Amino acid sequence: MIEIQDFLRTLATNSGFWNPLIWGIIIFIALLIAYIIRGRGKKEYKKQTEQTKVFLSGNPELEKEEMHVKASNVYWGFMESFKWLYNGLEKMHTGNVSDYILWFVIILGIFFIILGVI
Amino acid sequence: MIYNIPYIAVAALILIGLYAVIFKRNLIKIVIGITLIENGVNLFLITLAFREGSIAPIYREGQNQIMSLPVPHALTLTSIVIGVAVLALMLSLIIHLYRHYNTLDAHKIGREQE
Amino acid sequence: MNIIDDIILHSPALIVAIPLLGAFLTPLVSKINDKLRNIFVIFIVLFTSAIVLLLANDIYLVCGKIHTYVFGGNAPITEGGFAIRILFEVDGLNIFMALIATILAIAGVIYSWAFMKENTGLDKYYTLYLLMIAGMYGMILTGDMFNFFVFLEITSIASCALIAFWTNKGKAIDAGFKYIVVSATGALFVLFAIAILYGQYNALNMAVLASKIQFSFLDKIALVILISGLAMKAGIVPMHMWLPDAYGRAPASVTLILVGVTQASLYGALRMIFTLYGGKLTTTMNQIGDVSIDLNLVLGIFIVGLALLTIFIGVLMALKENNFKRMIAFAAVAEIGYMILAIGAALTTVFSTNDAGTGMMALKGGVFHILNDALDVGLLFLVAGAIYYATKETSLNQLGGLARNMKYTTIFFLIGLLAVSGMPPMNGFASKLIIYESTYQVNPILSIIAILCSILLLAVFVKVFHSAFLGPKLPKFDNVKEVPKSMLLAMGIIATIIIFIGLFPDMVVNYIVQPAVNALTNNSNYISNVIGGI
Repeated sequence: MIEIQDFLRTLATNSGFWNPLIWGIIIFIALLIAYIIRGRGKKEYKKQTEQTKVFLSGNPELEKEEMHVKASNVYWGFMESFKWLYNGLEKMHTGNVSDYILWFVIILGIFFIILGVI
Repeated sequence: MIYNIPYIAVAALILIGLYAVIFKRNLIKIVIGITLIENGVNLFLITLAFREGSIAPIYREGQNQIMSLPVPHALTLTSIVIGVAVLALMLSLIIHLYRHYNTLDAHKIGREQE
Repeated sequence: MNIIDDIILHSPALIVAIPLLGAFLTPLVSKINDKLRNIFVIFIVLFTSAIVLLLANDIYLVCGKIHTYVFGGNAPITEGGFAIRILFEVDGLNIFMALIATILAIAGVIYSWAFMKENTGLDKYYTLYLLMIAGMYGMILTGDMFNFFVFLEITSIASCALIAFWTNKGKAIDAGFKYIVVSATGALFVLFAIAILYGQYNALNMAVLASKIQFSFLDKIALVILISGLAMKAGIVPMHMWLPDAYGRAPASVTLILVGVTQASLYGALRMIFTLYGGKLTTTMNQIGDVSIDLNLVLGIFIVGLALLTIFIGVLMALKENNFKRMIAFAAVAEIGYMILAIGAALTTVFSTNDAGTGMMALKGGVFHILNDALDVGLLFLVAGAIYYATKETSLNQLGGLARNMKYTTIFFLIGLLAVSGMPPMNGFASKLIIYESTYQVNPILSIIAILCSILLLAVFVKVFHSAFLGPKLPKFDNVKEVPKSMLLAMGIIATIIIFIGLFPDMVVNYIVQPAVNALTNNSNYISNVIGGI
C-alpha cells in the first residue's frame, strides 16, 4: 500500500528530476533573500504626499472605470504585428458546419494518401 | 459483378451524403445528407451479412440451408434506432434555430461574434 | 465482506447501469421535491464513484490484472462458432480514465446544484446529465467495438441536448446543432470502419480483433477512418472548430463533463492505435534504399504534425479571443495538442529496440497529461461559470476588479492558471516536464515549440487574470457577491486534487499512470488475458 516515503519521492524523468519539496525550499530561500534585500532599502518614504499619487506621464487621472485596461487592448501590439496570421486564422474559423465536415474529409484524404501511398 | 452492386451503392450513398453536408446551405438538406450517410453505412452492414442463397436466420426443424449472419442485422437495427434519435434531435434544433433567425441558411446564421 | 466481492465482480456493469437507471428515475423523483432530486442525483453519482474506487483498488492490487465482465453467452452456441456476447474489460488504462470521469462527475453534479438553480426544466437537465455520465463510463469501460459506437452516440445525443440547454440564446442552439452534425458524422464513419473490420474478421471484440488483425489494405482504410473520426471528436486541429462553439455556449457544469467526453474519445483513439493495431504497428510499409519505413514511424510523424498544429493554432486563437469560455476552450484545444504530441513522439520510438525508454517516458507524460488537463481545464471552466453566475457577463472586455468581491474564486482561478500553463508546483508542470524532456530526445524542435506555446498559454491567462480579476473596482460590479457554497465546494475539490498531484507527482505516476502505460504498450497481455480469462 501507499507508504510515507512515497510522498517524498522524486519524479525521475529520463535526464532530469522534479521534486516539489526541494523546489519549495529553494523558493523559500529566494524569498527570504529578497526580503532581506528589501529591508535594506531607503526609509525616507512619506505617506500622504505627492510621492503616493498616481503619475501618468503628466496626464490627469481618469475615472476608475476608464482606467482599467480592457482585455482586447492587453496584447494590442502582438495582434497588430501578427495581423497577417490572424487574418488567415479568422478566415479558417468560418463558424459554418459544412466547413467543419470539409476539414474532416480533407484530413481523412491526407491521412489516407499518407498511409495508402507510402 | 452483380454482387458488387450493393457496395457501389454504399459508396454512392456515403459520397452523396457527404456532398450534401459539405456543399448545401440549407440546414434541412444537411440533415438529409447525414441520413444518407447513415443509410449507406446501414446498407454496408446488411450487405456484409448476406450470403448467396441464404435464408433468414431462424432455426427450424429439418432444415439445413445457409443462413445469413444475424449479428449485422442486430447492429443495423441498433444503428437505425440511434439514427432516429439523432434525426429527431437535429430537426428539433432546426425548429428552434428557425424561430431565432427566421432563416435556414447556414451562412446567414453566421459565426460567433465577440 | 462477501457483498463487496460481489460488487467488485459485477462492477463494470454496475458503473454503467446505476447512472443509466438513475437517469430515468430522476423525472419521477423530481415530481416529489426539487431538493430531493438534487440529493438523489448526487447520491447516484457518489455511489457510482464508490464502485469505481472499489474496482480501482481491485485492479491496482495485482500488477497487470484485467477485469473482464461478460454480458450474454459464455460459450459458443455451436461447435466452432462464436459466442454471442458483449464484453466489458477493465485494465490499467480503463480504470485511469474512469477515475478522471469520476472526479469530473462528482464536481459537476455538486456544481450544478447552485449554478442551475434558477433554470426551469431541471428534471430533464439532470436526466440528460446522468445519461451523459453513463455514456462516458460506457465508452471507457467497454471492450466491444459496436458497444463503443453505441455509447459514443448516447454521449453525443445527451451532450448535444445539454449544449443547447439555454434555448433562449440562438447561438447556443447553433452550437448544439454543429455539435450533433459533427459527432453524428464522426460516429457514422467510426461505425463504417467497425463494419469493415467485422466483415474481414467476423468479430467485434477488441481483443479478438487485435489477435486476428492482418494489416491488409482494408485494415489501413479502417485505421484511417477510426483515427480521423475519433480525432474529430477529440477536437484536434483542424477539426477542432466545433469545440469552442460547444464549450463556449454550454452551461459550465455541462462543459466540465464535455471535457471528460473529449478525453474519452481520445482514449478511444489510443485504444484503437495501441491495442487494436498494436501488434502490427511495426509492419514495414516500404523500403527506400536502406531505410525501411515502418507504420509506427509514419503514424507517429503524422500525429506529431497534427499535434504541433493543434498546440500552435489553439494557443494563437486563445490569445486573440475575448469571450471567457471560448478562450478557455481554445486553451483546451492546445492542451489536447500536448497529449497527442507525446503520443506521437512515443509512437515513433516506443517500438524500437534501442530507444524504447524515451517512448515509454513520452507515453507516461501523455497519459499523465490527460488527467492533469481534465482537472485544470475543468477548474477553469468552473471559474468561468462562477463569474458568469455572479456578473452575467461572458465578455472579458466588460469585466474587471472582481478579485475584490470574489476572493475564493480568484484563488481557484490562480491555481487553475498556474496549473494549465505548466508552472511549478502545480500538476501541469510535472506532466509537461516529462513531455518536454522526452520529445527533446526525439527531436529538439518539438520541445522548443511546446515550451514556447506553454509560455504563450501563460500569457493568455495572465491577460484573463489581469482583465477580469485585477484593476480598480468597477462601479457596476459593486453588488457582486461570492458564489454559493456548492459551487465553491466543487471548485475546491478539483483544486485540492490539482495541488495534491502537484506536490506528490511521483506517487501518482507510480500508482496510477504507470499501470495505464503498461496496459497500453503490452497488447499481447491484453489479448491473452481477455480471450483466455473467460
